[in-house]
Amino acid sequence: MEKRVKFKGILLPLLLVLPQLLVTAVFFFYPAGQAIWQSLFIPDPFGLSMRYVGLGNFEFLLSDPYYRASFVTTAVFSLLVTLVSMGVALYLAVLADRLIKGSGTYRTLLIWPYAVAPAVAGVLWLFMFNTRVGVVTWYLGLLGYDWNHVLNESEAMGLVVIASAWGRISYNFLFFLAGLQAIPRSVIEAAAIDGAHFWTRFRTIVFPLLSPTTFFLLVVNIVYAFFETFGVIHTITSGGPQQATTTLVYKVFADGFVGQDLGSSAAQSVILLVVVGALTIVQFKFIERRVHY
Amino acid sequence: MNIRALAWSTTAVALVSGPLAAQTEIEFWHAFTGRLGELVAEQVETFNSSQSDYVVNAAHKGNYSETLNAGIAAFRAGEQPDVLMVFEVGTATMMSAAGATKPVYQLMEDAGAEFDPDAFIGAVKGYYTTTDGEMLSMPFNSSTPVLWVNRDALEEAGIDADTDLSTWNKVDTVLDQLAEAGHDCPLTTAWQSWIHLENLSAYHNVPFASQENGFAGLDTELMIDGEVQTKHVAQMGEWAEEGKFVYAGRRNEGGANFRAGECALFTESSAGYAGIKSEAEFDFDVRPLPYWEGVEGAPQNTIIGGASLWVMAGQSDEEYEGVAAFLNFLSSPEIQAKWHQDTGYLPITSAAGDLTREQGFYEENPGTDVAVKQMTTNEPTSNSKGLRLGSFDQIRGIIDEELEAVWAGDKSAEEALSSATERGNQLLRRFEQANR
Repeated sequence: MEKRVKFKGILLPLLLVLPQLLVTAVFFFYPAGQAIWQSLFIPDPFGLSMRYVGLGNFEFLLSDPYYRASFVTTAVFSLLVTLVSMGVALYLAVLADRLIKGSGTYRTLLIWPYAVAPAVAGVLWLFMFNTRVGVVTWYLGLLGYDWNHVLNESEAMGLVVIASAWGRISYNFLFFLAGLQAIPRSVIEAAAIDGAHFWTRFRTIVFPLLSPTTFFLLVVNIVYAFFETFGVIHTITSGGPQQATTTLVYKVFADGFVGQDLGSSAAQSVILLVVVGALTIVQFKFIERRVHY
Repeated sequence: MNIRALAWSTTAVALVSGPLAAQTEIEFWHAFTGRLGELVAEQVETFNSSQSDYVVNAAHKGNYSETLNAGIAAFRAGEQPDVLMVFEVGTATMMSAAGATKPVYQLMEDAGAEFDPDAFIGAVKGYYTTTDGEMLSMPFNSSTPVLWVNRDALEEAGIDADTDLSTWNKVDTVLDQLAEAGHDCPLTTAWQSWIHLENLSAYHNVPFASQENGFAGLDTELMIDGEVQTKHVAQMGEWAEEGKFVYAGRRNEGGANFRAGECALFTESSAGYAGIKSEAEFDFDVRPLPYWEGVEGAPQNTIIGGASLWVMAGQSDEEYEGVAAFLNFLSSPEIQAKWHQDTGYLPITSAAGDLTREQGFYEENPGTDVAVKQMTTNEPTSNSKGLRLGSFDQIRGIIDEELEAVWAGDKSAEEALSSATERGNQLLRRFEQANR
């Protein structure tokens, strides 16, 4: 049964949500409105003049095959980052959950990478995979594999995915572990007594009971892969080789801050806003239905 | 308080504080860190202690792109510095913003300062001067690409270290020999677009873009899919395929490989001198950038990279006088000669070059004058004066992407260069729209 508090009148509830509304207005509606407004113009960098072009910026963008290709790049990248970071985190959390001795140390070590800033993480991975002096590259060379993410597009994608997912595994691990520990032991023990093996228990009991956590992490991780991986991409590949790792957000930066093309950059932000909005609606409409709270 | 009292008190305050407040503060934003940052700080310190009217406050604002962005953002907020360092790629952006800058020739005129644009060497002056001969920004650090040679690597491969490397044809033979001897990095490069397309075009006296490389108008179009460029990129692609040219990255990542002694030949800015000199544990040489035999007009002259100092609009007359004094100080022969010798950047005035020669620097450090000669032997033509293209930082990005496709063997030189031309032209049209 749902619990609801009923207010009399409108003034008190409005007053109570006002701080939240204000924050949303200042940090979301105002900048989003500005972006929409600016996307209709081609301004010069110094703000000395603005030319109204209507939907010209959008036409310019959508007719550009390289921009359309970066949708695919973004989708592949986000999917891989989400899968890798959640998959590994879940695996580690399940193992950590079964630990009795030394679980504290194990957990602490696993959470550590989360404290590393994305740009620093990028540089770390870049060093390990440096095409000439990287230690991983050297070992791969011993195995007869010639690693060169500077020219090989899939290797570059692989590297930014690993570097982006790495720090995120800790975050996801923390949530998965908490989720696992909230599952009543008695349910699992009952299943064990009935003869269910570990994998059966995991599939039929643990994973469904973990679904609220998984869903939350799915939403958060996709948003992360979209918006917060910029530092990693910037330090490792700068969007290259060719355009293999140019995601939508990286392109907003490249066009806006490197190219000083504020009109196109604003139009891209608007497109991104629509994409993420649509994605969130899809997630809540379709995936959340399968979540058991 | 009535008006009269206010006027009196103001006058009194002005009289009392006059001598104390006489120092006008000048904000100078630059993009240098490390050794270069220290050298700039030293220059500023020398200026401040050489006179008592002005104080220059230097501030580091990140790399070149970030410094330009900081300047633009500050201008939009009405908080712009007096002097902003802008890399050569941002020149067109700054030039089109007529209301945001104060041209240097005008600054000098208004301040009544002595100023002779002809004191600067031609290729440096040309880059920052309008077609009418008006100098818009003050040249500061300028460099040009040269060929760096690891002499030990050549000798190990059984090649005479003094072998002629003046043309790409001869380089080709040496690369063959290096590869046969089992060397795994015969040639690498930094700044591929700058060296292997922009400078290549100027050096062979062919246009990089129409309208005199953009100097004559915003309706310019790239012309990098010409015969010389296509031939060169195709050859580099072949070398890459055969493992003779090793691509290290879009910026100067190749420098680490060369300094570590892993690569035999390296095309990089003359300003790489300081780093190579301090790190290389092998015998090295500076050679002029190679050119292709049989191309008429080659070698012409190479063009510069680096930055110039722009004076921002909207400051007081006193500040502008101080800026004029500061800029004249920076371009004085003593300061420039020291800068040139410390960094490997070019001496931007002929006087600074002469002074360096008199001081015997070139004799003690053979090869340090290669870049200077390469720039000054010929009078620049409209193809070799420089480049003035809008959105040029982004265009370089596009060129990087397309060249990477050639090095990876995904595209032929023709395909890559015509695609780069087409994509770059779209950006040039947008820039034209934004600045019409």
